[in-house]
Amino acid sequence: MPSPLSAVLSRDLALARGGGAGLGVVFFLLVVTVTPFAVGPDLPLLGRIGPAILWLGALLATLLGLDRLLQADHEDGGLDLMHLAPAPLELVVAAKILAHWLTTGVPLVVAAPLFAVMLDVGPQTSLKVAASLLLGTPALACLGAVGAALTVGLRRGGLLVPVLILPLAIPVLIFGVAASDPARDGFGPLGVLAGLALGYAVLGPVAAAAALRLLRD
Amino acid sequence: MALLSAVTSLANPSRFAAFAERLTPWLIGVTAVVFAVALYLALVVAPADYQQGETVRIMFIHVPSAWLAMFAYTLMAIASLGVLIWRHPIADVSAKAAAPLGAAFTFLALATGSLWGKPMWGTWWVWDARLTSFLILFIMYLGLMALRSAIEEPSRAAKACAILTLVGSVNIPIIKFSVDWWNTLHQPASVIRAGRPTMDPSILWPLLIAAVAFTLLFTTLHLVGMRTELLRRRARTLRLTAAASAPSALAAEPAE
Repeated sequence: MPSPLSAVLSRDLALARGGGAGLGVVFFLLVVTVTPFAVGPDLPLLGRIGPAILWLGALLATLLGLDRLLQADHEDGGLDLMHLAPAPLELVVAAKILAHWLTTGVPLVVAAPLFAVMLDVGPQTSLKVAASLLLGTPALACLGAVGAALTVGLRRGGLLVPVLILPLAIPVLIFGVAASDPARDGFGPLGVLAGLALGYAVLGPVAAAAALRLLRD
Repeated sequence: MALLSAVTSLANPSRFAAFAERLTPWLIGVTAVVFAVALYLALVVAPADYQQGETVRIMFIHVPSAWLAMFAYTLMAIASLGVLIWRHPIADVSAKAAAPLGAAFTFLALATGSLWGKPMWGTWWVWDARLTSFLILFIMYLGLMALRSAIEEPSRAAKACAILTLVGSVNIPIIKFSVDWWNTLHQPASVIRAGRPTMDPSILWPLLIAAVAFTLLFTTLHLVGMRTELLRRRARTLRLTAAASAPSALAAEPAE
């Protein structure tokens, strides 16, 4: 018999295989596509602001996808079973976030160097962007889980999650873009980003589980 | 001991409402007097700055607003602990009434800062660290108010907003640190610091009295807001009881 956490993880991964997980990457591609229409097809300019565009696209793609993290489970009653599960709710939520990140965050990280080529960002810089996204997207997913838990069951939850979570995600954005800066050497911002990711990995599941417990009808 | 029991007896919502009703006219009077003194000191007595000229008087509005913007969030964070630990209805009423006030004072600090920045920095808005932190604080207040209005049931809204307030209060130092790291142009804090303030007493005293006046204004508005919220909740309960008893009267009719 599998442990409750691996059961949640494999269930969510199986559900994600059913479709819908690629939508985040398509949204990411769209952000990258519409930016040249807004700022003009000037490749040197795009190359200079490329890391920022990639980070903004990944940030929005991560946060907009998060309202589905718990909503489907709320609708089909799975969330009630998770309340009754033998594992602590915090760990169940953490397992759900991990599954969500594996299916939506990792594709963004993989796609980022590819999209970087379209923006004329150099290979060195695009690797830096990918590395910073690898650390930053889990932090964003953990923060976003709090928003998802707070708005679970609300009819108008869609736009509310980004409004609640984007201000809190600003440190991740600042250090993520700083870590992608080609002019900056060393691992300072990347280290801070890793620290933020670890901190939010604790704060996110605990706060989200508290919200789910308190808001249970 | 008598004082303690007098304070704890205010935890009863109806006793609190009665207390607030009696206190409000006095508070309004004191606020008006202190405000008049503060404005006189700020606009007439305090000297114009030798570099900034008369525009320095914006500071007497700007700085107290900024203090209160942060004070309101601190108050909400403490009230949120009250909501989550003691499940106390007054704590949530206090948090709910403080949110729009905090947003208003944050907006006032941003707007006066912008008006001040035009002659000083030559532009209405600069993306400097403190300005940006306050803009983020303003958006956080708006988010809290949006979350509250999205949840219909007051007790659920109370818990959700309390969690978001506490998550935000954990995050505010991180945001502050990262935005400072990102860019800084604003002058550093010059009133509260180790050793003596860098401000001349002729400006410091009017500023402190203006801060007292603004705090009194906040207290008055907060108390009135809390009383209104208590009345609103009582009206809601009455409406719900009336609605609950009405269908049974309707349902009884076809049976006859």
